[in-house]
Amino acid sequence: MEQTERQNRGLKTYIVVYICLLALAGLQIVLAYTHAQGPQLFMRMLCVAVVQAGLALMFFMHLRSERRTLILSLGISTIFVLAMMNMIWTDSFRLLNFRLPK
Amino acid sequence: MSEANLALGGHAPSLMEQSPFAIPSKKLVMWLFIISDAITFAALLMAYGYLRNATPNWPEPFKFSPSVINVMLMTFILITSSLTMLIGLRSAKAGDKAGALRWTFITVAGGILFALLHIREWLGLIGQGVRLFQNPWGASLFGAAFFSITGLHLAHVVGGVIALTVLALGYRRGRYNSDDLETWGLYWHFVDLVWMFVVPFVYLLNVAR
Repeated sequence: MEQTERQNRGLKTYIVVYICLLALAGLQIVLAYTHAQGPQLFMRMLCVAVVQAGLALMFFMHLRSERRTLILSLGISTIFVLAMMNMIWTDSFRLLNFRLPK
Repeated sequence: MSEANLALGGHAPSLMEQSPFAIPSKKLVMWLFIISDAITFAALLMAYGYLRNATPNWPEPFKFSPSVINVMLMTFILITSSLTMLIGLRSAKAGDKAGALRWTFITVAGGILFALLHIREWLGLIGQGVRLFQNPWGASLFGAAFFSITGLHLAHVVGGVIALTVLALGYRRGRYNSDDLETWGLYWHFVDLVWMFVVPFVYLLNVAR
């Protein structure tokens, strides 16, 4: 009885997260057609995608119910590597500005 | 005492420590794979961002119809298939074998539908003249960037469809259990998660206005 109740609660959570993910995907489409462009649009898209990824990780992939040691050991190393990858941006701006006028 | 313990000279209990993460080794391996794969996708998306940023007049070819509508449909199918995977896992944990199989095969069907829509999208672009190193709009690396990112994701979807089919058939025969379904469910959700980054950066930042 208690287990069935817990399972139903779990299913409700999944459906709420599912609806949130669909709504956020819809929000991205709306953002794509607003007047924002360039870095501003990119940052908005990135924020929505990060929220979507967080929801999927925590609820669909059950990361929130795993031990903190797993979350820390996987999360910190991944975030570190992803942060280090961002070194390339200055070079891409340099290339853009070094282009000779036609 | 088992043969393995005898071989270790009776020191096995001290050597066989419990997992610090309290998860089965298969699941830990899947998490490690997901981390390495996430970094691979991140590297590809960063390389794409580098090219897009450094290239003036990057093509913006994706019209609302058919491309954005197609992408909306693909996103809906992939997120829905994640939900059906969870329902299948829930059934498996509750001992409902038929339900688990039914929902897993619905997930597989979602994956196949997604792949077909993806191929339709590709054929549409190829029909417009997009190739790996040339396209009608200018920046020659647009095709290489687009096809490599979406192609790697498509390969993951196809791989997931095959893996889930094998898993479901094995589960029916009793070879696999609900833990295996949970482990491969992680992979399927990861494929969904990657798509959440591919859609805005590859498609929605390049919509035709």
